Amino acid sequence: MGAGVVGAAVARELSRFDLSCTLLDAGPDIGAGTSKANTALLHTGFDATPGTLEARLVRRGHELLSAYAAQVGIPLARIGALLVAWTPEQRAAFPGIVERAHANGDAATREVGVEELYRREPHLGPGAHGALDIPDEGIVCPFTTPLAYATEAVLNGCELRRGVRVTGVERRSDGGFELQTTRGSIGTRFFVNAAGLYSDELDRLAGHDGFTITPRRGELIVYDKLARPLLNHIVLAVPTGTTKGVLVAPTVFGNLLVGPTAQDIQRKDDTSSTAEGLAYLRAEGKRILPQLGQHEVTAVYVGLRAATEHTDYQLTIHAAEGYACIGGIRSTGLSASLAIAEHVRTELGAAGLELHPKERTATVRMPNIGELSRRPYEQTGRIVCFCERVTLGEIEAALSSTIPPVDLDGLRRRTRVLMGRCQGFYCGARVAALLREGTA
Amino acid sequence: MTDVIVVGGGPAGLACAVELRQRRVSDVVVLDREERAGGIPRHCAHLGFGVRDLRRALSGPTYAQRYVQLAERAGVDIRAATMVTGWSPDGSLEVTTPESRESLQASAIVLATGCRERPRPARLVPGSRPEGVLMTGLLQQLVELGSPGIGTRALIVGAEHVSFSALLTLVHAGVKVAGMATELPRHQSLPGAAVGAALRYRVPLWTRTALTEIRGLPRVEEVELRDLGTGRTRAIACDTVVFTADWIPDHELSVTAGLELDPGTRGPQVDTALRTTHAGLFAAGNLLQGAEPADVAALSGRHAAAAVAGWLNRGYRSPDRVPIVCRPPLLWISPNAVSDVAPPPRGRFVVRSSTFVSRPALEIRQDDRVLWRGRLRKLVPGRSAQVPSSWLPRVDLEGGEIEVSVPGAG
Repeated sequence: MGAGVVGAAVARELSRFDLSCTLLDAGPDIGAGTSKANTALLHTGFDATPGTLEARLVRRGHELLSAYAAQVGIPLARIGALLVAWTPEQRAAFPGIVERAHANGDAATREVGVEELYRREPHLGPGAHGALDIPDEGIVCPFTTPLAYATEAVLNGCELRRGVRVTGVERRSDGGFELQTTRGSIGTRFFVNAAGLYSDELDRLAGHDGFTITPRRGELIVYDKLARPLLNHIVLAVPTGTTKGVLVAPTVFGNLLVGPTAQDIQRKDDTSSTAEGLAYLRAEGKRILPQLGQHEVTAVYVGLRAATEHTDYQLTIHAAEGYACIGGIRSTGLSASLAIAEHVRTELGAAGLELHPKERTATVRMPNIGELSRRPYEQTGRIVCFCERVTLGEIEAALSSTIPPVDLDGLRRRTRVLMGRCQGFYCGARVAALLREGTA
Repeated sequence: MTDVIVVGGGPAGLACAVELRQRRVSDVVVLDREERAGGIPRHCAHLGFGVRDLRRALSGPTYAQRYVQLAERAGVDIRAATMVTGWSPDGSLEVTTPESRESLQASAIVLATGCRERPRPARLVPGSRPEGVLMTGLLQQLVELGSPGIGTRALIVGAEHVSFSALLTLVHAGVKVAGMATELPRHQSLPGAAVGAALRYRVPLWTRTALTEIRGLPRVEEVELRDLGTGRTRAIACDTVVFTADWIPDHELSVTAGLELDPGTRGPQVDTALRTTHAGLFAAGNLLQGAEPADVAALSGRHAAAAVAGWLNRGYRSPDRVPIVCRPPLLWISPNAVSDVAPPPRGRFVVRSSTFVSRPALEIRQDDRVLWRGRLRKLVPGRSAQVPSSWLPRVDLEGGEIEVSVPGAG
């Protein structure tokens, strides 16, 4: 249950075995919740608490996703991060962070001096006291990743049902579950809760009460692609207890993003941006990279991280019941997704799920919507979206793909139409018409 | 190699191409990324196009069609669905068409890429991100294509000419307009037209009012407006928000060419002959100044053709140029540099102001010399005021930058 990046990864993992599998999502699309609105970073886990499940799975996930991305065509680049100290106190934290990184198996993290920092990031604002170089940190496409997982799962025979919300969980006398949903009931022997922000509520429906999710709002600002030359690496802040701080990072699409804010809120559907949050990010962006102030903002988005009262993932396998709960995947879900899926598969196997590998499984190749490698328009094409250079061919391909979009947002995430600087001024009406024709 | 490539087939680009052919330039190509050339007027169903350049009043689509015909008859090679995506290292244009990907070289290139309205994210308006948030340009095309679900009740942000144009488009599409909101103390359109439209359709105009939040998902449900005088906020129910005006030039190719940009217009810096800071590269139309009416953009394109033809015949050494800078409340002047005594388009400069000023005394200085002093009728935000160019011969081309100010109004 839950077709975000974690649920889709689990579905992909299980679909490679000879078993019947269904992927449900309450929303209209793959990765349409928290998965679509994050910092899109590929974390190494250098700053995780050593020994935790999160530390282990992020590290393993980094390795798995790097390999998988190359195989299926997910835009991903290990451009490296520089964690910058802006005060002597922040710099004093470096030895501890390096020690922690090494304990997490990240031997490459090291301290660099002010001179090297400004040589590598000449547009960085004044006042830095030094930096940590974390060369394996990367950027990855947050839209293609869950879509690739779900596409592979569907091609391997997994049934995908969107717009289905679980309203009740009953245990069958012969073992297994009867899920009551908004679209009828579904029987299953094993049940995986990957409901993200709603995983605590689903956990309670399943008769447990492991944790409570408090949505943590993260606002992000995406700057115009013309600002991209200002930055070479991900620029991280020294983390505090509650957040990794405001970072500035390139995206695989060739923008720069600034964010996130971190504010605990009540509602799980309140993805509104705030005047204070945007003003804060503008100011932080300008402080870290002064020339950002001269650039236009292309987009603002807001994600809600599934924070809990605990610091580690809330990943519990109730082996006797055949129930796996994957909760509290705060901000490293994209990086850890494949490792979480591998872990859940192994644990479910130990819990009695029979895992016979399928003789033949699908190979997936995703359309490239990033700027890290050649885009279709660089061959030929009827360009519909000028800002993002999306061709008619790409739009038609998305509309007839294995998991076609059902709305404009879905088409945006698959092709990048309407995501550019004009926000639909030129092509919005035509794209909407193409979607209507394509989904009619 | 082509003689001239014009990038952008709107009024400025097409008018430039027609004029180049009349000046006997043999090989003129216009590249337009849209399916049909003609530019923004293609979607503006109202009358009033062509008064200054064609001496008649046409609808936008007719006007666009007329320019395409004029260009075709003049022997201009118009290539639609042809997008320039960047520059090759050798200075040629990288071009994508439905059939090909090629590098095009030309002796001269004219950038006429126009401008667009600043969309909601760039204005940093907080709130939810629902359907129903538009710009005038998008609204007009949605109506033109007969799109369903444009809305039932709209708020218009802005009160310029184009905002009233958005009002008429909404009314004709059957959308009720809840009101127009501007942060300025009054509207910026022509008194008759604006007041007439507002009275006729009973649309309230909220001045000194900021849009502070958009609410609703998946569709707009309401907006929060703040009275800038009292600080009070109130909610207005609507399912559509149309952001109007607040133009920014589509300057990507100007930036990636490495052209100097004017800090005020954000378009390329050009001298009075519309030469950019790169020899052989010219710019015209609303790329230079967002936004003038289509006929003014066309006249700018026609004007640029003279310098382009001169460059093809004689070339020029890239002369020293003196930039013109503006002091508040002036935002920009266009053209914004002087390199010889060539007059600007239509023989005058245009200036824009951030505030309303009645009978402003304008002063143009270079170093410690006053080049020109005179009174303009008024300054209205979002509208151009015209400044004579009679002072050009007094400019010292080796002197410091030229400064335009309204003494006492800063």
